[in-house]
Amino acid sequence: MRIDGKGRIDRAAPVRFRFDGVEYGGFRGDTLASALIANGVALVARSFKYHRPRGVVTAGSEEPNALVEVIEGLQRTPNVRATVQEIHEGLVARSQNRWPSLRWDLLSVNDLAAPVLSAGFYYKTFMWPRAFWERLYEPAIRRAAGLGSLSQRGDDAIYETAFAFCDVLVIGAGPAGLMAALVAGRAGARVILADEQAEMGGALLADVGEIDGAPVSAWVASALAELGAMPNVRMMVRTTVTGVYDGGTYSALERVGLHRPGDADLPRECFWRIVAGQAVLAAGALERGIAFPDNDRPGIMSAHALRVYLHRYGVVPGERIAIFANNDGARQVARDLMAEGVTLVAIIDTRPDAPTAENCPVYPGASVTGTRGRRALREITLRHARGEERIAVDCLGVSGGWNPTLHLTGHLNGRPLWDEGLAAFLPAKDAVPGMHPAGAATGLFSTAGCLADGARVAGLALGALGRDGPETEVPVAEDADYRIAPVWEVAGKGRKWLDLANDVTTKDVRLAAQENFVSVEHMKRYTTQGMAPDQGKSSNVAALAVLADATGRGIAATGTTTFRPPFSPTSIAAMGAGGRGTGFAPQRFTTSHAASVARGAPMVEAGLWYRPSYFPRPGEATWREACDREVRMVRGSVGVCDVSTLGKIDIQGADAARFLDLVYANTFSSLPVGRVRYGIMLRGDGHVMDDGTTARLGAAHYLMTTTTAAAGEVMRHLDFVRQAYCADWDVRAISVTEAWAQVAVAGPMAKTLLDSLLDAQVDLAFMACGSVRLSGVAARLFRISFSGEQGYEIAVPARYGESLFRDLVARAETLGGGAYGMEALNVLRIEKGFLTHAEIHGRITAFDIGMAGMVSGKKDCIGKPASQRPGLSGPEREQLVGLRPVGDAVITAGAHLFSRGEASVRVNDQGYVTSVCYSPTLGGYLGLAFLRDGRARMGEEVRLVDHLRGLDVACRVCDPVFFDKEGIRVRG
Amino acid sequence: MADLIARTALAGQGPVTWGGLTLREVTWDRITSVAPFRGADVGALLDWPAPNRVVARDGGRIVWTGPGQAFLFGPVPEGLADHAALTDQSDGWAGLALEGKGAAEVLARLVPLDLDTMGPGEASRTLLGHMNALIIRVGTGFEALVFRSMARTAWHDIEAAMRGVAARQRR
Amino acid sequence: MRITCPFCGPRDRREFIYMGAEDYLTRPSEGDWASIDDHLHLRDNPAGALRELWYHEAGCAAWLRVTRDTVSHVISDVVAVADAGASGGDISGQKKPGGGA
Repeated sequence: MRIDGKGRIDRAAPVRFRFDGVEYGGFRGDTLASALIANGVALVARSFKYHRPRGVVTAGSEEPNALVEVIEGLQRTPNVRATVQEIHEGLVARSQNRWPSLRWDLLSVNDLAAPVLSAGFYYKTFMWPRAFWERLYEPAIRRAAGLGSLSQRGDDAIYETAFAFCDVLVIGAGPAGLMAALVAGRAGARVILADEQAEMGGALLADVGEIDGAPVSAWVASALAELGAMPNVRMMVRTTVTGVYDGGTYSALERVGLHRPGDADLPRECFWRIVAGQAVLAAGALERGIAFPDNDRPGIMSAHALRVYLHRYGVVPGERIAIFANNDGARQVARDLMAEGVTLVAIIDTRPDAPTAENCPVYPGASVTGTRGRRALREITLRHARGEERIAVDCLGVSGGWNPTLHLTGHLNGRPLWDEGLAAFLPAKDAVPGMHPAGAATGLFSTAGCLADGARVAGLALGALGRDGPETEVPVAEDADYRIAPVWEVAGKGRKWLDLANDVTTKDVRLAAQENFVSVEHMKRYTTQGMAPDQGKSSNVAALAVLADATGRGIAATGTTTFRPPFSPTSIAAMGAGGRGTGFAPQRFTTSHAASVARGAPMVEAGLWYRPSYFPRPGEATWREACDREVRMVRGSVGVCDVSTLGKIDIQGADAARFLDLVYANTFSSLPVGRVRYGIMLRGDGHVMDDGTTARLGAAHYLMTTTTAAAGEVMRHLDFVRQAYCADWDVRAISVTEAWAQVAVAGPMAKTLLDSLLDAQVDLAFMACGSVRLSGVAARLFRISFSGEQGYEIAVPARYGESLFRDLVARAETLGGGAYGMEALNVLRIEKGFLTHAEIHGRITAFDIGMAGMVSGKKDCIGKPASQRPGLSGPEREQLVGLRPVGDAVITAGAHLFSRGEASVRVNDQGYVTSVCYSPTLGGYLGLAFLRDGRARMGEEVRLVDHLRGLDVACRVCDPVFFDKEGIRVRG
Repeated sequence: MADLIARTALAGQGPVTWGGLTLREVTWDRITSVAPFRGADVGALLDWPAPNRVVARDGGRIVWTGPGQAFLFGPVPEGLADHAALTDQSDGWAGLALEGKGAAEVLARLVPLDLDTMGPGEASRTLLGHMNALIIRVGTGFEALVFRSMARTAWHDIEAAMRGVAARQRR
Repeated sequence: MRITCPFCGPRDRREFIYMGAEDYLTRPSEGDWASIDDHLHLRDNPAGALRELWYHEAGCAAWLRVTRDTVSHVISDVVAVADAGASGGDISGQKKPGGGA
């Protein structure tokens, strides 16, 4: 029911929205919850387990009941709290966890079975037969009990992450937060003021009292105006600070487009990482309920929520309202409602000495012991000194006291402390370094107390930053005492609900204690108390009070469960914004990318790089046809391949040679200028890290090449060795990978091609390098080969890379050659027994790959001591060998090797296959493999078994160099 | 004889404007990494920048990129190679310039640095999304250098951030 | 989490890569199997101060020795590895913090 003239909604801006297929009206500024209440909709949800009818309970993000699905086109967002979702034109929402409809929900039969469906029921019941759990029980239970459902489509909306920095982060813009922001802002500090609501003001927005003699709303408006005018203050509405992390880092979730969709570029949410020098936690407090029989009917709400709905939205959820409370705070709710002409039929106060002077009936020392009404509250039963009576009501506001919102103080392991007087947990001192709790979050529940505390705490934060706080006059405001006599559970027949979101009752908690789940953490997991989207914000303290009662330990000794981020539900999509599909990692493109794509090459990922798989030609139906042709082309004429992705590291300095001797297993100080040498590099643990060629460009100047896969790792390793072990050596290293485009030209006609290209003819011996010029551009030429053919790699500044590649491919084609891709490159290197990271996979030693002799005995190198350990060499090791199937068979990488006649089981495993290819050169499949004592088993026939692909092939062990072992071709 | 044509990292990508900000490719004639040899003094040839700083010089600038290392934009002084390890980095980096009011707000979507307090003459090696980057404060905005191969991703990420920020301002 | 790089200033942890305890600053000698085993496999696991190695990969490429409390996560000291020890692999005399304390 809407009350004329009340509320902060914009009456000039009517909004139409739909809930469960029915169109309703509201106003801009309404939440879905307030708009539904205004339209008299009491039943908004079915409960998690028993499918009980439920209504709105709170007016904030702690809402346990009113979870709905929001529909946008084909997208569906489940478990949206109706109390947080603002309405906008065209909003479509629907209730969840019901079938066929909210009013008639077939699974409400669960409610009839409630006596047996208590905590632990599933664990105890669905035990046998074991196999049924996964196939039958779990899916059935999940269907019956649950929250909303996903659309089963990828979420194509836009999300954002962002970083922000400030001196003081103020969390919450109620009286304490506003005051703290004013003080810190006036002192010139950079302030971020974040508040989860759509409007700043916190509890002040539902307060019709006075501050400094003027209406509260006027003070809020002037405070916000002052803050808004300060360039050093950033105000973030709809922003929930969700977590505290080390070093003054805070996470926050901002709702950006959820209340105003329709702009394709507008992010739905932004996940902020805020770095703050100091923080003020002014997150306020949350009202808690009382567990009395049947306390879950639609119409039974937080008393404070009634006040919020009245003053902020001008709505009242009933015509005959009662209040049930154990503290003074709820009285103002009753008075505010009566002031608007709402009928208050009773104030039921559990305290025998409760004040009775109100303009409505007051029942001191009384309790609500029962309720009636299937889909909406109709009647309550109350018990008092004179007996029991029934009163017809359609709304009951309940206040069991207040819990300071101290969750963030627990995120770095802080534990709150129990305060008997306030019957509440309070933040421990210094629970988070640099974060100062203030106001209601510390148990100060009067407006005056919060304002003064906000100012005080801002002073602390400024002091810690080494700033002076300005003289601050704290405004005069309401300063009522908060008196409470804790009541957690009311005796009586019927279920007394604690966690409405997960359908946990006091009986469940007592059962947990009875079954020895007496630790609060165990009770939580056994009953699921506090494990729903609301994380038990309004019920956890009551639940552990019941547990404390059941175990006789007292609340302080029982303690709380651990508070962990996020404070409120956070979509993974927001945290991982931008990371969908190719956004997951940067894409690295070579300069020849467009040219390769233009030739129809399918691009494959190689780490972050994209490289051409093969270059199809007309008439080639499969990749194999293209690959075989490219291999024959390289062996027969000339092939061109972009190899720019290999890491290139420029190493200079008087100690450069010495440095290379330290990082490489073999020696580079003896390499003449203008020559290139193959090297292997070991990790500190003695295994092979990487291999590649290094060229000596000058006496004190080397250019190292790494594999594509290990480029980053090698750079990091060189930096470590340089800084940790030889910081006083004269050696400088820097990556030049991206500065050069490098293209391999390989084949018997490679020299012919180069001669046509270079400005002047160059004769380079095998493993030599030199400077050359192409149309005036300075380039580097290396005579190296990864194919076994006469090969060159030519490097030009990357700006010329595309042009060079196109030119080389065109020239190669006139010679009967052309471009070749990764598939052919792989075949060419397997034919020659050259290694990649398929072989150098991290568990391989120099001995394993037959290169033990390269670990120089004359000098030290990284990894040498560890490489000599027993067990890293010898006949027990799996050693690199070649494999050829006996007969005409296909073999696969990943297959395992077994001796002839042995069963193909793990204990008989003799090794595994790392790389295979079909060799058009040799006419059959080739494999590289690691075989136990392999070098001693040349010529032996072994079984190659691939259990995954159902392969069992006899193979002959051979030398890993299949083709031109003498290296005649490469020397041309 | 070859006929080589130079192409920039973002060749074919024209400037884009969103919400009053402009993103465009920026190129430089020459970038050289300078790492003075042990004990060498390059002070006579260069004003060596302090960490996170840029020193302007005739025809260019020199930007600190790490302990004992800086990137020199512009001509290389005669004789510098005798005192420092030099490498040609000109083609290794793609340059993206984001200019206009609110540039820091856009880059805050990608860069984990306090860009609001970054003043003229400052530069940082940091991240741009998942990419290593060199961010330089310039007149009305920022220049970002990323590995040349990542130019398209950097462009995409910055433009996406621009669009999101612009959309917030639209209503 | 934030690490104050001695060169670049305070930076977000995503700019850094973690390697492990500072033990890697020493290199074991050849043939000493016990010290090689210790170097590769045995680590203190103190509840308290621990010196560990971080690489400012997305920043200035400096390797850093970070003293971090494993309980409170407070970082009390960050020095460049290049400044932390002598050269040539000899950083003897550097006592492990936390261990034995």
